[in-house]
Order: sequence, then C-alpha cells, then structure tokens
Amino acid sequence: MTATLAVEGLKVAIGAANVLRGVSLDVQPGEVRGLVGESGAGKSMLGRAVLGLLPANTSVTAGRIAFEGRDLLAMAEAERRSLLGRRIALIPQDPMTSLNPVKRIGRQIGNLLRHHLGLSKRAALARTTELLAEVAIHDPQRVLALYPHEISGGMRQRVLIAMAFACDPALVIADEPTTALDVTVQRQVLQLVERLRLRHGSAVLFVTHDLGVVAKICRSMTVLHAGRVLEEGETTNVLVRPRHAYTRALLAATPRADRPAEALRPVPPDLIDQLWSEAYRLDQVPAVGAA
Amino acid sequence: MRSGELIRRLVLVPPTLFGVAVIVFVLLRVVPGDPIAMMIPPGASEADIGRLRALYGLDQPILQQFATWLGQVASGDFGRSISVRQNVLELLLARLPATIELALLATMTAVVIGVVAALVGILLRGRRAEWVVDGGIGVLLAIPDFLWALILLLLFGVLIPLLPISGRIDPEIDLNLRSNFFLIESILTGHFDIAFALLHHMILPALALALPFAALVARLLKASLAESEDQDYAQIARARGYSRPNILLHEVFPNALIPTVALGGVQVTLLLGGTVLVERIFSYEGIGNMAIDAVINRDFPLIQGLVLTFAVLFIALNLLVDLMVTMLDPRLRHG
Amino acid sequence: MADIAIASLAAPPSRLLAGLRRGGPRLWIGTVLVALLVLAAIFVPVFAPHDPLEQDLMSAQLPPAWMTGGDHAYLLGTDSLGRCVLSRLTYSARTAVMVALIAATLAALIGVALGLFAGSFGGWVDQSISRLIDVWMAFPPVLLSIVLATVIGAGLTSVIAAIVVIDWTRFARVIRAETMVQLTRDYAAAAQVIGLSRARLLRLEILPNLVPLLVTLLAVEMGIAILVEVILSFVGISVAGDTPTWGSMIAEGRQIVYQAPWIMALPIACIITSVIGLNLFGDGLRLALDPVQRS
Repeated sequence: MTATLAVEGLKVAIGAANVLRGVSLDVQPGEVRGLVGESGAGKSMLGRAVLGLLPANTSVTAGRIAFEGRDLLAMAEAERRSLLGRRIALIPQDPMTSLNPVKRIGRQIGNLLRHHLGLSKRAALARTTELLAEVAIHDPQRVLALYPHEISGGMRQRVLIAMAFACDPALVIADEPTTALDVTVQRQVLQLVERLRLRHGSAVLFVTHDLGVVAKICRSMTVLHAGRVLEEGETTNVLVRPRHAYTRALLAATPRADRPAEALRPVPPDLIDQLWSEAYRLDQVPAVGAA
Repeated sequence: MRSGELIRRLVLVPPTLFGVAVIVFVLLRVVPGDPIAMMIPPGASEADIGRLRALYGLDQPILQQFATWLGQVASGDFGRSISVRQNVLELLLARLPATIELALLATMTAVVIGVVAALVGILLRGRRAEWVVDGGIGVLLAIPDFLWALILLLLFGVLIPLLPISGRIDPEIDLNLRSNFFLIESILTGHFDIAFALLHHMILPALALALPFAALVARLLKASLAESEDQDYAQIARARGYSRPNILLHEVFPNALIPTVALGGVQVTLLLGGTVLVERIFSYEGIGNMAIDAVINRDFPLIQGLVLTFAVLFIALNLLVDLMVTMLDPRLRHG
Repeated sequence: MADIAIASLAAPPSRLLAGLRRGGPRLWIGTVLVALLVLAAIFVPVFAPHDPLEQDLMSAQLPPAWMTGGDHAYLLGTDSLGRCVLSRLTYSARTAVMVALIAATLAALIGVALGLFAGSFGGWVDQSISRLIDVWMAFPPVLLSIVLATVIGAGLTSVIAAIVVIDWTRFARVIRAETMVQLTRDYAAAAQVIGLSRARLLRLEILPNLVPLLVTLLAVEMGIAILVEVILSFVGISVAGDTPTWGSMIAEGRQIVYQAPWIMALPIACIITSVIGLNLFGDGLRLALDPVQRS
C-alpha cells in the first residue's frame, strides 16, 4: 500500500543554517500521526515544506516529499496546486488571523468548493451549509452571512476545520491547531478533528508540542529535535517506554491528571548540548550521494 | 461609519464652513488693491465711484458687510461678481461642472494607472524589475501636476501635435445640451461624437492631474499589498492551491484597498487644488481658472464664493472617503 | 576571515568619507545639480552673454543657435521681444535660489521653534500648536498662496512671505513628532538625570539628533519654494514685471508655444532639474548624515 505521505531524508535550510537535517517520516492512509518537539525543533517547517509554504529565504536542499507516491517537490506547479486544498489540506495554528477579514464566512468556504470541485454557486452554498453543520455550528445560515470578526475564536477554528475537510482530503496537516485556544475549546476542537477525519477518511499529521494531545488522538508519533527524528513508533510504546532521554524529558515536562503535579523539570542542559553537537556533526558530513 | 459618527460629522460641517467664510472675508478686506478702481473707466467722477461702492456694499463697515454677505449666502445669494458683472452663483453653477468632470476623469485615470502599477510592482516583488516600477513611481511623484501639464502640453500639443491644448471643446461644435455637465450628459444621451470631442480636450489636463496622484495611489497600494500578502490568511490561501495572481486579486487586494482609500482618498483634495493651475495652463473653463482671474481682479464676491465652493467640495470629499472606507471594511460597519 | 580583512582595508579613513559613501549616487547627482544651480545664480553677471532685459526686436523669436535660423550671439535663442533666453534663464535661477534659500530658512526657523516647543513642553502648549497646524493645513495650498501673494502685494518679499506663511507647518509637524520620539530615548533620560536643564537638553542633545531630518526637510522645502515661486510668477503675481523668472518665461512662452516652443521648454527643463536635484540632494544627505540609516 502506498503511504499517503512519505518524507525521505528531507533537508531544509534557512540561508546557510539547516533547520531540517534529513527527516524521514510516513503517514499511512487513515493514520493519525503526531509530530512533536519543542519550539524550533523544525516540526512546523516540515508541515510548511509539504504545503509549499516555506518562507522566502528558506529552501529544500535535499530529500523527497511524496504524496500518494508522487513527488510534490518535482511535480509541475499547476499539478501541485490542484492537490493543495483538495487532497492535502491545512488546519492553521491561529484562527484569529487565518480567515480573510473582509469576506463573509460563506463566501470563503464557497470559493474553495467552487475552485476545487467546480460546484455551481447554489451547490456550493448547500454544501457549505452542510459543512458548517458538520462542525457543530448550529445555525449555519446565520454564520454564513457573518464576517470573521463577528464570531468567537473557537467558532473560527471550527470554520477552518470545515474548510480543511471540505474536499475530502487524503491528508490533513494540523499545525498546532489548539495552541491559540483555551482549554475547554481545545477539547471540542480535538473531538471535531477526530470525528471529521473518520467521516472523510483522511490521514492526519498532527503537529504539536503537547504530548497530552498526542496521547489522546494519535496512534503513532514522531519526535523531532534540532531538525532530526529522535524517536518514532506507536504512541503507546513511545510514551510508556521512551527510548531516548529527550523524549523522557519532554514527557516529564507534560502535566498529567493521573499523578500529582511535580516541579517542572527542564530538559537537562547537558542532554541538549549533546544533541546539538551531534546535530552539528551530522551537518558537517556530506549528504549521501552528494559529490 | 456608525450613524452617530456620521451625524457628528455632518453637524460639524456648518461651523467649519463658517470658519472658512470668516477667514476668507477678513483676509480679503486687508488686500491693498481696490476692486472698484479696476472697473471704472478713466475720468469717472467721484460721485460715480461712490455710487459703484454703494452698489457693491463696499461703503459699509466690515462687520456689516460680513453680516449682509452671510445672510445672503444662507439664502442662496452669493452676490454679484465685480469683474464679470454676473451673479456669482450662476457663474459658479456654469463653471463648476467643467471642473468636476475634469477632476473625476483625472481621478479615474489615476486610479487605473495607480492600481495597474501597484499590481505589476507587487507581482515583480523581490526581482530586479521591481526597481524600475519603484523608480517610475518616484519620478511621477517628484514632478507636480502643473509641471506635468506644461510637459504634456509641449510633448503632445506642440512637438507631436496630437491633441488640442486649450479650451473645453471646439467652439464650432453645436452642443445643444441641457446641463453644464457636458461630458456626462453627452455620454448618457448617447451623443458620443460630442463626448469624444470633449475627451479630446480633456485628456492632457486630466493626465497632468492624474500622473502624480497615480504615483501616490501606486505607492500606497503597493505597500499595503505587500503587507497584506504576508498575513496568515494570504499564506494559507497558497496552501489551498490558489495561484499567486488569484490570491493577490481576490484575497489580498480587497484588504489592501482599505488603507489605500483611507490615506489616498483624502489626497484627492490635492488633485482638486491642482485644477486651479492646470485649468489655467490649458485655458480650460472651470472654476480653477476663474479663481485666478478673480484673485488678480480683486473680485471679492467671486473669490468668497469660489473659496466656499472649494471648501464644500473638500468637506464632501472627506465624508465620501470615510463612507467608502466603511463600505470596504466590515469591521467598521457595525457596533 | 579574508573577507573581513579586505573590508577593513577598503574601509574609508574618515567618518566623512563613510557618510559620503552611504549617500550613494543620489548624493553625487544631487550635489552636482544643486551646485550647478547655485553657481549659475552666483556668477550670472560674469557669464550671462546679455542683459536679460535688453530687447532686440530685429532678432525676436530666434531658435537656439544649433537649430536652423539660430544666431551664435544667442546660444539658446531669443523671446518675442528679442531678449536673450540664456541670460533670462540664468538670472531667473538667481531669483529662484534667493527665494528658495530665504523662504526655506525662515520657514524652518519658525517651524523648528514651534515644533520643539510643542514636542518638549507637551500639555496645552502642544495642544494649541497642534490645532493651529491642523487648521493651517486644511487650506488648499495653491489657492492660499495665490490669495496671500495678492494680499501682501507683488514683489520678491511677498512671494517669500507667502511661502513661509504656508509651509512652516511642514517643519513644525515633523520636528514636533521627532522631538517627542527623541525625548523618550534613554540618552535624553540620562541627560536629565545628570541635571541638564530643559533648554540645554534641547540644544545639546535633541537638536543635533534632528539635524539629518532637518537637512532633508530643508532641501525638499527649497524645491517646493522654487515651485511656488514659479506658480506665482506664472500666474503673474510674483515679482515686478521686468525681473526675469522661470514662471513668467513659461507664461510668455505659453502665448507663442506653437511658433517658439523652446521659450517654454527651456525654463521647464531648468525647474525639473532643480527640483529633482534638490530632492536627490536631500535624500542623499539624509543617508549620509544618519549613522543608523542604511540604504
């Protein structure tokens, strides 16, 4: 079976500095994979690379990103664009800034449907109403006619989730979609993602720094540090028997309901030093196959 | 704009106009030149001069002159022009449409040129050619409208004589129109030959007014487009598979328009002020050209009427810009 | 490492040179154009081939010397009264430079004084000066300058007065804002801690930091002053009729533009060169004087 997403030896550099140093990772059809790591580990950069959203001075220097067996980096611009938003979708991090402030909600969703699915205006409207109902918005007719600033942050994130699943994507990249929301809303959003991915049969790459979230909804996970994969496997295995000291440290820093709160233990500095010097050493080694 | 805000702005209009009236009136009374001296034939008797003074109310104390004039203006009577010897209101109504049409044409031309330049500039963002667009905008902006008028007059009126350089329309053309909005009326009534002849005369002055304003629009819009394109919603639109031109036009442009209209709209007043000289240069029969004659001839009633007219236009423009910004930005509409 | 060594070798020996380098081509082109203008204004009587008022009706409307029908005695031709266009252009430059220098300096003096006042005192002083600026700027400048010049009467003084009365706001507004910014900086607070009086603080600490901005404003204002003088003399309410000015030359040229277009074209070219030169000069100086600014 072809993997929905197969990233192989991906290297991404900002100017001369490497942020991803040869990352490989698979997402199988219907799988929910957590991608965890602290800030700066490169987890968001990976999502951006898949979506073709790398910042201006940033570039892929090596590796392959295959979607359903086809290399996204090698394909023609038009072909890639026809996949984005339709077969590969994004749930963005900040719902406050991710909707166009001067367009009504209904129009933003409707445009997407008409652009990718070629629906008529009327069909798009009907589908939009369904989608909003699917993300538990009770009065879709009213919300359709509202502007983003007229609805709450949680509601905006639900709209964005509806847009992500609008065209039955094979892969949804969720880029820390709960970070900007408060805790009660976070739970609703997670439940929604879970429900919609089941209904639409999508695989999800869930980028987060929150191991609690991963434990809740991801079957498998990948731990990223300093641009490299430290550990990966079934979520239960990784969380119960972390093989790497860094994962243990991350785990210890995650608050849990089933044990009393303890003092926040930072990742040991010597471990960080060790990881970084290792990363630096790897940087110096020429990539395999490079002249 | 909330209706409360709109009412507040409207309430402020009369006192503003009153302030303008006071300043202009006082300013004009300290002018050393005597308007009557300019209109009397040589050898007129003292009695004749006295009669003329009385006719125009110039023999009254200043305060009384002001009160009289204000009362008349309030009832729609702007007095009689001293140099042209006609009713000021009639003169204004006859000439104002010419200026409004010119300013409208210039504004539309400027918006078209400015928007195209900004879009081309933003599409070339980060490339070497972006420099060319920025440089062109800089040159257009550095040279003021009346210099453009002179340059265009020389280039396309004299060196390559493509277009007429004076007047509003050829005198031999039979207009037979009901209003003084020649261009608008001829287009609406389907007299396209007349409209064409009018446009022929208006292209150069309108272009002269439009060029610096177009540069301003281009510069403002390009900066706002660049800023909006870096926002999350525009980035995310890329991740939804929209092409860059599509995103610029449909996602970014409506947002970038808001600051551009807010900042640039007010500058239309500059364009309107520019009509004074540009009309003079092209002997175009609008109120700007008339204003210069009125000042040179010390024609008090006419100057007062003209300045009030300009003030009303400026205030109306500012209100219009605020309304447009409110229409463009849903965040300002409610609440 | 090698790069650093080369860079330090190539580094200019003095701050002045470093500044000039930062100014870039704008500064050079601007300086050359402005220098030409000023030199022309100063040395007119030396090299102007004719008296600008001397009429020679026998050789009226001559084209420039290199065109057919041109006369070598009149390098740039003659106007409708047979006056030497070159001489009139250079004498006009003298008028323009005088107006620009005096008017811009006076406007700057008034504007800077009021701006510093408003910016450093705040409170009701700032309130009243700011309101005054607002009301002032509400008037259309072209109309205001024409009305003013008429009110004050014809002549160089009235042109200068009109420019000063209209344009002091340009300086006041910017200097006020910049003074407020500078006063919030740490160095201003430090100066107050060591007990500098407000007047000394302004003179010793704030004013030097405003110099780059002021120089730019001055250059731009001179360009504007030249334009206003052109407008007023074009309309015919500037200096007395017999003094040559670019504006009056344009107005005369406009009458015979079909027969002798060069009479109108030449002063226009002079104006554009001067205004663009002053703009580039101001921009370049700002870059050169401001140690923080990088082009």
